[in-house]
Amino acid sequence: MKYVPLLWAQLFRRKTRTVLTLLSIVIAFLLFGLLQAVQTAFEAGADSADAKRLLTIARYSMIEPLPMAYAPRIERVPGVIAVAYADWFGAKYQNESNAFAVFAVDPDHYLAMYPEYSIAPAQREAFVKTRTGAVAGKRLMDRYGWKVGQKLPIASEIHTKKDGSLDWQFDLVGVFDAEDPAVRANTDVVLINVAYFDEARQSGRGKTGWYIIRVADAEQARTIAADIDRQFMNSPDETKTAPEKEFVLAFAKQIGDIGALVTRILLAVFFTILILTGNTMAQAIRERIPELAILKTLGFSDVAVTAFVLGEAGLLVGIGAALGMLGAVGMLSPLNGATGGRFPPLFIEPATWGWAAAIAALLAGAVALPPGVRVHRLRIVDALAGHR
Amino acid sequence: MSSLNQIVQIALINLRTLPQRLGTSLVVVVGIAGVVGVLVSVLAMGEGFRHTLASTGRPGRVIMLRSGSDAEMSSGIARDQATLLASLPGIARDEAGRPLASAELVVMVDLPRRGQTDPTNVPFRGVQPTAFGVRDELRIVEGRALARGVREVIVGRKAAREFAGLSVGSRIAFRDSDWTVVGIFASGGDVHESEIWADAEVALSAFRRTGFQSVTAVLTDTSPAGVEALRAAIARDRRLSVNALREPEYYAKQASVLSKLIGVLGYSVATFMAIGATFGALNCMYSAIASRQTEIATLRAIGFGGAPVVASVMIEALVLALVGGVLGGTLAYVYCDGATLSTLNFNTFSQVAFDFRVTPGLLARGLVWALVIGVAGGLLPAIRAARVPVTVALRTG
Repeated sequence: MKYVPLLWAQLFRRKTRTVLTLLSIVIAFLLFGLLQAVQTAFEAGADSADAKRLLTIARYSMIEPLPMAYAPRIERVPGVIAVAYADWFGAKYQNESNAFAVFAVDPDHYLAMYPEYSIAPAQREAFVKTRTGAVAGKRLMDRYGWKVGQKLPIASEIHTKKDGSLDWQFDLVGVFDAEDPAVRANTDVVLINVAYFDEARQSGRGKTGWYIIRVADAEQARTIAADIDRQFMNSPDETKTAPEKEFVLAFAKQIGDIGALVTRILLAVFFTILILTGNTMAQAIRERIPELAILKTLGFSDVAVTAFVLGEAGLLVGIGAALGMLGAVGMLSPLNGATGGRFPPLFIEPATWGWAAAIAALLAGAVALPPGVRVHRLRIVDALAGHR
Repeated sequence: MSSLNQIVQIALINLRTLPQRLGTSLVVVVGIAGVVGVLVSVLAMGEGFRHTLASTGRPGRVIMLRSGSDAEMSSGIARDQATLLASLPGIARDEAGRPLASAELVVMVDLPRRGQTDPTNVPFRGVQPTAFGVRDELRIVEGRALARGVREVIVGRKAAREFAGLSVGSRIAFRDSDWTVVGIFASGGDVHESEIWADAEVALSAFRRTGFQSVTAVLTDTSPAGVEALRAAIARDRRLSVNALREPEYYAKQASVLSKLIGVLGYSVATFMAIGATFGALNCMYSAIASRQTEIATLRAIGFGGAPVVASVMIEALVLALVGGVLGGTLAYVYCDGATLSTLNFNTFSQVAFDFRVTPGLLARGLVWALVIGVAGGLLPAIRAARVPVTVALRTG
């Protein structure tokens, strides 16, 4: 530890260059942290999927409805322990299409299907009992400033009421949230009570959008899915059942090329910045070889001088990487505030920290090892004479 | 010696010595090329998407949807309403006196992208025979047109390229129906090229629908007054709760979410990179003037002014920036321009295929960014070069 001041002094031999190099590293890691957060947010859906949950949709397109009467038949399939269903409402809020998702659900069954959501028992009770009731995810409540107990006017783009109007109104009786940031993205939704919705809508009564099924044993999920689909084969409404995770992944694939493309561009960018910065750092070390020779003259061992070079690079990259990652963490919270409900919540998972540390170590090594080795072999006389 | 002449002289010396400082100069060039390349290619993606939707539709046509619906997907027009709408006075007629209006339904069908297995939502549009008179920009480029009353489809050029199994002659199975692809159509690179088209009546029965989702029609009077008159006529009929929008207005709205997202992404990433590249440029220019300290001091000692020194350093920074900008722009153009990709349009929840468009405007914007980084990276080092007292510079150099 006693050499830290020496390292520090060497680092700031050329203050401007060190500061600029440091800032480049900070920016690179800031970008890395943010990107990984976006990536994590997209993958979180698949990670948060429960292996014991299956989804059933209409076989030919996810937008076709299924009869609600399928519920008891699915329930009877061996291995199934619970069934819930949900339907698209097609929300338009404050004249904005798809401002957030609204699902018409059977409150008790639906909430039981998602034990990862937390809701106050009294509010849950109220949701089950209030026919016009609705509950909203906490992030949506915050974004729109809703309060529990208020009326919630939401228009539908799909479902007309019996009077032909598209304007619906619900009683906001509760709020739900999730601890795990990976799950929290799924809470950006308003749930309404299907009892009222199904009775009040003009058409499509007795139909729902999709089923959510809990099975006892995740190992059996595929067999059970096939069993369910066999139940409805050759009926007017054939089904397609698969584990929740597959749906999430398939949906991510719909976004497709763009995500992959952007990730690739950005990784290229990150490494370009690192290579350029590394080049500057390596040059800075090369310039100082005579000085390192003087250190050797003073009696520092070969190993010690090489360690100085490595330590210096490690210190610079380490500080830069740490600041960059901390900067990214600092920026996430205002970003999440600004995009609440429109975009899944961003967070930096432990693995990202690990990657950042690994990349930082690799960079420091790549930059400092070649000059380090040279310094190790350096003959004092040559160096002082200027034969580099 | 005039200062202009001085600037030219020093700048030439600087530029001639550039090869000796290749490593650091390369940092500037590559850094800026990266910024410009990313900025241009991401914006080209947004531009291509916007262009695809913006080139859809003609101002002389309207699309009619159920009031309150912003997209065909969520709209519904009953059969009798469609007939009423087509016979409104504001709708143009062909030589035979038939209204130039096509009632259409849109469903999503699952098709994987080429070489993949996961299904994506491809729009499947059932059109009435009049659709081809309404959309006269549509051309069959391969195969033949649709026959009425049979399970045949024609496929947009981009859909045929992007999704699996859509070549002429192939059969595709949706629901309990088999469809034969009989033709491929082009319509000026617009959004319909991502779609599959079939005869509306056949599609209605195959997908067990009873109504349409939209009516697209040609106006007799294409002025704003014409649209207003049509809206008034719709409002007078109590059987209709329908909103008429000019096509370009409608399709521009469809682009809103995704193009905003791409724009935000492109600019924010490019901003971060630009900051990084500026630090790189600063570093490079500082070390450039440091290595020439003695030389610059000598020039000043023999009578060159401070301003020409500043200007010459700036010129060097700008030249490097320009090289980087051109390099980045070229890379973006070579790799991206014309490449097709498809994604989910959040407004319609269906796939839309589009081409990257690297426009001159985007390239110019990229160059402006490059020059700004050049100025930001060159100015401080330039001022320092001119400020260091000659004696100090000569002694420590």
